[in-house]
Amino acid sequence: MISQMNMDLEAGLRGQDGPGELDERLLQRLADGAGRRGLLDVAVASTDTPIGSLLLAATGEGLVRVAFDIEDSDQVMEQLAARVSPRVLEAPRRLDPVRRQIEEYFDGRRTTFELPVDMQLAHGFRRKALGFVAAIPYGRTASYKEVATGAGSPAAVRAAGSACATNPVPIVVPCHRVLRTGGGLGGYGGGIDRKEQLLRLEGALL
Amino acid sequence: MRGAAGREPFARLVREHGPGVHRFLVSLAGPDRADDCWQETFLSALEAYPTLRNPERVHAWLFSIAHRKAIDSHRKAARDVPVAEPPERPAPEPPPRNGELWSLVRELPPKQREAVAHRFAADLSYRDVGDAMGTSEEAARRNVHEGLRALRQRGEVLRA
Repeated sequence: MISQMNMDLEAGLRGQDGPGELDERLLQRLADGAGRRGLLDVAVASTDTPIGSLLLAATGEGLVRVAFDIEDSDQVMEQLAARVSPRVLEAPRRLDPVRRQIEEYFDGRRTTFELPVDMQLAHGFRRKALGFVAAIPYGRTASYKEVATGAGSPAAVRAAGSACATNPVPIVVPCHRVLRTGGGLGGYGGGIDRKEQLLRLEGALL
Repeated sequence: MRGAAGREPFARLVREHGPGVHRFLVSLAGPDRADDCWQETFLSALEAYPTLRNPERVHAWLFSIAHRKAIDSHRKAARDVPVAEPPERPAPEPPPRNGELWSLVRELPPKQREAVAHRFAADLSYRDVGDAMGTSEEAARRNVHEGLRALRQRGEVLRA
């Protein structure tokens, strides 16, 4: 008798109206508040593109990570928490300028990105090599050997390849423009199909 | 792969615990003040997160912050509304569907009120209720049961 009443009471207390999911406005307000208080170390958002959804992350310095959807986004976030800061927060508005420029790029209305980039996830020779890659113009390509030479170590062709393979900000730092000597496509972190699509979009591949 | 310091990205905490913390705050602070308390809870947590000592106890930690924010909000409301009302009593609010029941909860003594909110709004185990309140599991169980008993009595008085 008493336990029956208890169960009714407990059911009443549990049956509260409330979102199983959070109101997006609450999340947005949290991101805004965190930004104002200087607590938004890593802002993340995703954006849809013709080559799938991209996960974007930015620090106060600039864009720090672009991840294709073949990467596990949980793992990408964990990597950001470990290597940049655990203060990782969803903050779509903070990434609006990046999303806009990426959209324009895929529409063919943009050939260069005008964005601050934070290369802290690339080190040593790799960062140097990506610095060279960043300067390859839209619609043009370079070979891994040229990248190695451009980064000051002509023999480091293999290392130039791994610099591209581990590029933390693909598309914006255009490692898709780096091909094998002789024109072979080589590899791509986002998958070889994506590399081909990007090169076609830029008219570098027919 | 976990973060170097075993620290998950904060965004995941928000997704995982945000809804429970919000329900907890609706129960404790009332629907009108829950959003502000929720915001303050997660901002404080975000600030302290990198230096949190026991990341595996993050659940209890978040709810204890939420509880403090609910108390702050009560105090502030009591200051702002200098009416002859008991200070720990929240301002009248439009009740949610089972709001009547929860407005009774808000009139319970603080420990019972908190324990009942942890147990039913936030859906914590007795062990986690104890963790969040800094008491033993037994004490948590006792607080919840005493709270339920008081609610039952109040309910009968109201129905009579």
